[in-house]
Amino acid sequence: MTATDSIHRTIAAVWRIESGKLIASLARMVRDVGIAEELAQDALVAAMEQWPQAGVPDNPAAWLMTAAKHRAIDKLRRDELLQRKHTELAHELETALDDSAEAVAAALDDPIGDDLLRLVFTACHPVLSSEARIALTLRMLGGLTTDEIARAFLVPEATVAQRIVRAKRTLADADVAFEVPRGAQLAVRLESVLEAIYLIFNEGYTATAGDDWMRPQMCEEALRLGRIVAGLMPQQAEVHGLVALMELQASRMHARVAPDGAPILLLEQNRARWDQLLIQRGLASLQRAQKLGGARGSYALQAAIAACHARARSADATDWPAIAALYATLAQVSPSPVVELNRAVAVGMADGPAAGLELADALLDEPVLKSYHLLATVRGDLLEKLGRRDEARAEYERAAGMTRNARERQLLLQRAERVQAAQ
Amino acid sequence: MKYFSIYIPDSKTNPAKAPTGAAKERMDKFVADAIARGELLQGGGFLPVKSHGAIVRRSNGKNNVIDGPYAESKELLGGFAMLQYPSREAAIDGAKRFLEVAGDGECITYQIMEGEEC
Repeated sequence: MTATDSIHRTIAAVWRIESGKLIASLARMVRDVGIAEELAQDALVAAMEQWPQAGVPDNPAAWLMTAAKHRAIDKLRRDELLQRKHTELAHELETALDDSAEAVAAALDDPIGDDLLRLVFTACHPVLSSEARIALTLRMLGGLTTDEIARAFLVPEATVAQRIVRAKRTLADADVAFEVPRGAQLAVRLESVLEAIYLIFNEGYTATAGDDWMRPQMCEEALRLGRIVAGLMPQQAEVHGLVALMELQASRMHARVAPDGAPILLLEQNRARWDQLLIQRGLASLQRAQKLGGARGSYALQAAIAACHARARSADATDWPAIAALYATLAQVSPSPVVELNRAVAVGMADGPAAGLELADALLDEPVLKSYHLLATVRGDLLEKLGRRDEARAEYERAAGMTRNARERQLLLQRAERVQAAQ
Repeated sequence: MKYFSIYIPDSKTNPAKAPTGAAKERMDKFVADAIARGELLQGGGFLPVKSHGAIVRRSNGKNNVIDGPYAESKELLGGFAMLQYPSREAAIDGAKRFLEVAGDGECITYQIMEGEEC
């Protein structure tokens, strides 16, 4: 390890923490998120060039801010030659971009986090596709490089770079204001933020052994973003609901895959390997969401279901009637065939396989579940429990034909064989 | 990577006491931010060893409970934290940030060995 490597890791550590605030403060000044992000990147490049020689400054955040401001002034002066009309703005900014120590400190000092919150809402604006929202959020709030984002989402780096460029252009073209939405707009816009964060989480959660380590990292990234937004908007129940859901799901992270990479179903997991610290935090976040009147929020309901599992010391101790009731509420709040399928499983556990099968059978004509192997798997399981072995075997075989996961296919074919052998 | 860190304030320039008022607010915010970033896993302040804890030492097969000679203090004597950082450099940066809030003193950070998951 060389001294330069060490400096680069120090810069990476500082950047992870400061980039969001830096871009947010700059965006308020230059009134364009895209330009703010470029200025912050330029400051990062300057740090990479200068810190290895000059050493890490005492206050790295203020150093980056000052460097970015100088670049902002340079840029505006350049533009001024092209477009005279910017003259006034440049002058205005030069005053605003006073880089005395106090002014730099004031720019970075955003105790309520308003700038950061504005940045969250801008990066997750509904005019952007969900891919663009995710890329922009990870880039601007997570401080990740395009390469890291590309590795996490299994796409070429050029694709991510393109998405970011296009997203910035879309925001500029749509003249999206750098602000926190108010009133009725807030709920809609917040949903768009939470959705982006949860998509990031799921990308990490579905990562499998052998994947690039950036993929599972997305769970931590999403948790970090979720907790930051929760800190900035402590009165928004659904934010706590989402954080609770992610914490409770993440608590099972190390128990859900066997050493050979095979997935382990929730009821068969070794509960001693569940992360109790995350469970405690998840339960506390869920309580916060419920206290704020958010018990019927879609994320809070999913978190409450995850909490039922987290509280059970063993799979046998699971409170299935409570889970079935929560799924029934969830099916009202955000109805979907997948929720209904999960409800069938819970009801099958709570009230017996016949009741579960009735719900599952009702889903057979759902177009979205037509090629979804889990419906066939669930029906196979319920039919097997009812002793209808021929039908069970046929369902397991049908499910095996639909899954794209080789290990899962193998498991399903084994179950089919086992049912047949039992006859 | 997981780290365990102990902080002991400098008794000459930063006499041990639990923070109050603005100092407490700053520390609370620091802790909340560190939790949000996923860095701080667990932590807490130490009550004085003499009245609330003990040092138990074994030498030549004989146990000995020692209750002195440690500074007589009525309040917090530093604290500990379980932390998670991506690199040693990030851990050092984190310690600097903490000391910025906690004041003069020493932060000893150990990386915890993490073997193959069992």
